[in-house]
Amino acid sequence: MKIKVLKDILSANEQIAQANRHLLNSKGVFAVNLMSSPGAGKTSLILETIKALKSKVKIGVIEGDVSSSLDAALIGKEDVPVVQINTGGECHLDANMVSNAISNMPLQDIELLFIENVGNLICPAEFTLGEHKKILISSIPEGDDKPFKYPLMFNKADAVLINKIDLLPYLKFDIQAFSQAVKGINGKAEIFQISCVTKQGIQEWTSWLLTKMSRK
Amino acid sequence: MHELAITQSMFELVLEQAEKAKAKKVDKINLVIGEMTGVVGDCVQFYFNFLSQGTLAEGATISFAMVPPKAQCQNCDETFELKEFDWTCPKCGDNKLQIVAGQELFVESIEVE
Ligand SMILES: Nc1nc2c(ncn2[C@@H]2O[C@H](COP(=O)(O)OP(=O)(O)O)[C@@H](O)[C@H]2O)c(=O)[nH]1
Ligand SMILES: [Mg+2]
Ligand SMILES: [Zn+2]
Repeated sequence: MKIKVLKDILSANEQIAQANRHLLNSKGVFAVNLMSSPGAGKTSLILETIKALKSKVKIGVIEGDVSSSLDAALIGKEDVPVVQINTGGECHLDANMVSNAISNMPLQDIELLFIENVGNLICPAEFTLGEHKKILISSIPEGDDKPFKYPLMFNKADAVLINKIDLLPYLKFDIQAFSQAVKGINGKAEIFQISCVTKQGIQEWTSWLLTKMSRK
Repeated sequence: MHELAITQSMFELVLEQAEKAKAKKVDKINLVIGEMTGVVGDCVQFYFNFLSQGTLAEGATISFAMVPPKAQCQNCDETFELKEFDWTCPKCGDNKLQIVAGQELFVESIEVE
C-alpha cells in the first residue's frame, strides 16, 4: 500500500522554531541568526556591534560551536548575557538547541539576541531557529564566487555582510560581480561592506539593524 | 554534512505516518530532494539503516528523486536550469532570478504492508 505523505522532512524543526519565535516575541526580543564559514568574522561582528550599541540596546548572545567555549569567553568580557551551545559534532544549530539555550537566558533583560551559528555555509541554511533575521557574513579572503557555490545560503539571507573589506587592496575580489550575483538570486538582501578592524561600515550595519528592530 | 539530522527527522516522520496507517512494515520511502540542499543520498541510506534497526522501518529502501535547481527570470518569465557559474536568463540575459526548484526536502510517499 502506498501512502501519500507530502511532508517537509524538517517540519518538526520548523514547529520548534515557531515556538521559539513566539516566546521571543512575547518577551520583546529581536533575534539574529549569524551564519558564515569558519573565521569570516561572526564573533568579531558581535563584539563590534555590542561596542556600538551597548549604551542603547540590551544585548544577549548564544554561541554555537562544535566543541569549544572560546568565543563565549570573549563575549562574556563585554558583560552581556551569553550562553554556549556545544553541538557535540553537529555542523549546525537547530531549533531545539536554541530552545534549550533561551530557557537559560534572562529574556526580560534582552532586546537584541545574537545567535552565532556553527561555521559552515551549507547545513545552517536548512535549519530555522526562530530568528527574525538571517545574516550571512562572507569575507574578502574567501573569494567572490561564494554565492555560486552556496546559493541556498545566499538565497535565504536578509542581509549579506562583506567583511574584512580592509583586505581588499591585497586580494582579488570583485565586489561588483559578487553583489550582482547576490542580488540576482535574492533581490531583498541588503549588502554591506564592513571591516571589524577599521570599523568601516559598522555604523551603516547597526543603523540598519536598529531600523529592523523597531519595525518588528 | 547534516545528513544525520535530516535522516533522524525523516525517520521520525516515516514512523509516525506508518503507525498512523497501522502498517506492519515499511518497504520503501520516496523522497524528493532538491540538489541545492547538498544532501547525499548514500549517507541518508547509511544513517537510516542504523536508526531503523528493530523498528517497522528496518530494511526499507529509500528512493531519491533529485530535483535540479531551476530559476525563473523576473524580467521575461522564462524558466531554466541554473548552471553553476552562469546566472543569467538564456532568453533575455537578465540576472534577476527567482529560484523555483532545487530546494525541496520532503517525503513524497511511503510504501507499506
Ligand atoms: N583583517 C581583518 N581581520 C578580521 C576582520 N574581522 C575579523 N577578522 C579576523 O578574522 C579572524 C576570525 O574572526 P572571528 O570573528 O573569530 O570569526 P568567526 O569564526 O566567524 O567567529 C580573527 O583573527 C579576526 O581578528 C576584519 O574586518 N578584517
Ligand atoms: Mg566565532
Ligand atoms: Zn529573461
